[in-house]
Amino acid sequence: MLPRARISFSRMALVHLALVAYALVSLFPVFLTLINSVKSRNAIFRNPMQLPTAETFDLVGYATVLKQGDFASYFQNSMIVTVVAIALVLLFGAMAAFALSEYRFRGNSLMGLYLALGIMIPIRLGTVAILQGMVATGLVNTLTALILVYTAQGIPLAVFILSEFMRTVSDDLKNAGRIDGLSEYAIFFRLVLPLVRPAMATVAVFTMIPIWNDLWFPLILAPGEATKTVTLGAQMFIGQFVTNWNAVLAALSLAILPVLVLYLAFSRQLIRGITSGAVK
Amino acid sequence: MGSLTLKSVHKAFGSVDVLKGIDLEVEDGELVIFVGPSGCGKSTLLRIIAGLEDATSGAILIDGAEVSAVPPAKRGIAMVFQSYALYPHLNVRDNMGLGLKQAGASKAEVATRVKAAAAMLSLEPYLDRRPAELSGGQRQRVAIGRAIVREPKLFLFDEPLSNLDAALRVNTRLEIARLHRDLKATMIYVTHDQVEAMTLADKIVVLDGGVIQQIGSPMELYNRPANLFVAGFIGSPSMNFIDAERLGIQEARTIGIRPEHITLSRQSGEWATNVAHVEHLGADTILYLESEKAGIVTVRLFGEHHYHPGEEVFATPAGEQMHRFGADGRAIR
Ligand SMILES: Nc1ncnc2c1ncn2[C@@H]1O[C@H](COP(=O)(O)OP(=O)(O)O)[C@@H](O)[C@H]1O
Ligand SMILES: [Mg+2]
Repeated sequence: MLPRARISFSRMALVHLALVAYALVSLFPVFLTLINSVKSRNAIFRNPMQLPTAETFDLVGYATVLKQGDFASYFQNSMIVTVVAIALVLLFGAMAAFALSEYRFRGNSLMGLYLALGIMIPIRLGTVAILQGMVATGLVNTLTALILVYTAQGIPLAVFILSEFMRTVSDDLKNAGRIDGLSEYAIFFRLVLPLVRPAMATVAVFTMIPIWNDLWFPLILAPGEATKTVTLGAQMFIGQFVTNWNAVLAALSLAILPVLVLYLAFSRQLIRGITSGAVK
Repeated sequence: MGSLTLKSVHKAFGSVDVLKGIDLEVEDGELVIFVGPSGCGKSTLLRIIAGLEDATSGAILIDGAEVSAVPPAKRGIAMVFQSYALYPHLNVRDNMGLGLKQAGASKAEVATRVKAAAAMLSLEPYLDRRPAELSGGQRQRVAIGRAIVREPKLFLFDEPLSNLDAALRVNTRLEIARLHRDLKATMIYVTHDQVEAMTLADKIVVLDGGVIQQIGSPMELYNRPANLFVAGFIGSPSMNFIDAERLGIQEARTIGIRPEHITLSRQSGEWATNVAHVEHLGADTILYLESEKAGIVTVRLFGEHHYHPGEEVFATPAGEQMHRFGADGRAIR
């Protein structure tokens, strides 16, 4: 008994060591951004690793960002684009995944493969065609353009993950619903979706971060002042000759916040889903 | 109210023929059991009757009306699944009432019918619990209650006892038998367990390889199996099969004799054998004998008997209980 316990203890220790190391590596840039965002310009360059002290503490970056009146609207744009795109990705991704996993129809696996291709081929390859399409439909410089592109970008992974999970939902349960007279929509929304909630949360997190951080499509499709997103907005502090590092770091620090809130919201769902499954 | 007719029902998944022409009549009020080894198509047949799966060809009539185009909820059936398939997010009351509610029954009616079914199954204390808060046996009773509430013409049970432990299995079996008597409903019950089939059924349908092997009452199947498969499947321990040539019998290929139809003696008998192994079950003693003439023979004796491995005994089959099978596996009568 004892040796086995010791082995599993040392194994656990190793696993935790690896995880802690990974967490440190991932958190370090965030940490640097945060501490430097509240330091004076000189201190940022002289001692980037140093924690802010009484002399070097300076909120000038935040003051600049917040004075730049449009920043609130950039935030709002990012938020709208991200939330709506996630909602659409989850809705359409889940519906497609349900159809693929539940119904036998001609071309089922071909359709699945076609949708999965989107995971391997980056959507940016189609930028020129997308831009032409947006120009033709008059959607340039609208949030709608971004939402459409991000929905398309997120759906392949969503379909892939969700259809795997939906295959694990018991056929008997769905059949019981059919016998009780539930429509296929009711079976999807009332029986299947609640059971794959943890997978939905995973998909939401994976979808959200690239959208929030994206600079490419906002720059190309919606660079107008009214539709700027946070990442694009922060660019205005990066000049060709002079960069306002205080402001850039402050803007980036602020940009972390909403994404953190969304993440917490989803991960709570994720954990609740997992534990309710375990107790069942 | 509640007869079922199947007319040459075929089902193929891709190029695999699962059901190869099933013809069956189930009369009103009968409890019919489909029995057969795993993978022989029992569940598929049940799902076709329920309308959850389309037959490749053939007709299904409930109360004389063709139902191939009728959705499951409108066929007047209720189904109890092996995995219970309760709605995890609804409490027992709503689990049982959902079907009626969907069919448009009034709240009061749903409430009275759920209450009646709960009383029948002693589920009243659990009505407000979720499935996760119930034991396996209680979940199975809720699943049965959900079927009762709908007052169907036809109950379909798909291996309802196979997830329960042995003691609970017997209780639930009795409960289903009692329900069948009380409700006088037509029930179709699928199992791979021949004991369940023998104890519950009015009529047993033995399936194998997508074909009906025999239909009959439990005693008909036991006493007059139509072929080798049924003879070997029904009865436990299963029938001994002996090459007819070894016994010097000309008109049959195989001779079948049930373990309980062989008598033993230490003095004399037809086959001289050696005891290979003995199992004491209390009420029964099962012996495995090795003999020159008949090969390995299983014998079941009632009560306690003290034979020991290696001992020499004589076995004598009861002549009138021998089953003879031809080269095609069919019984010769
Ligand atoms: N949806 C399906 N697609 C393909 N093959 C299936 C499907 N459902 C069942 N089968 C096959 O049909 C056969 C009978 O299955 P089933 O009716 O579940 O058997 P049983 O309930 O008697 O154990 C099995 O060989 C199974 O592999
Ligand atoms: Mg089955």
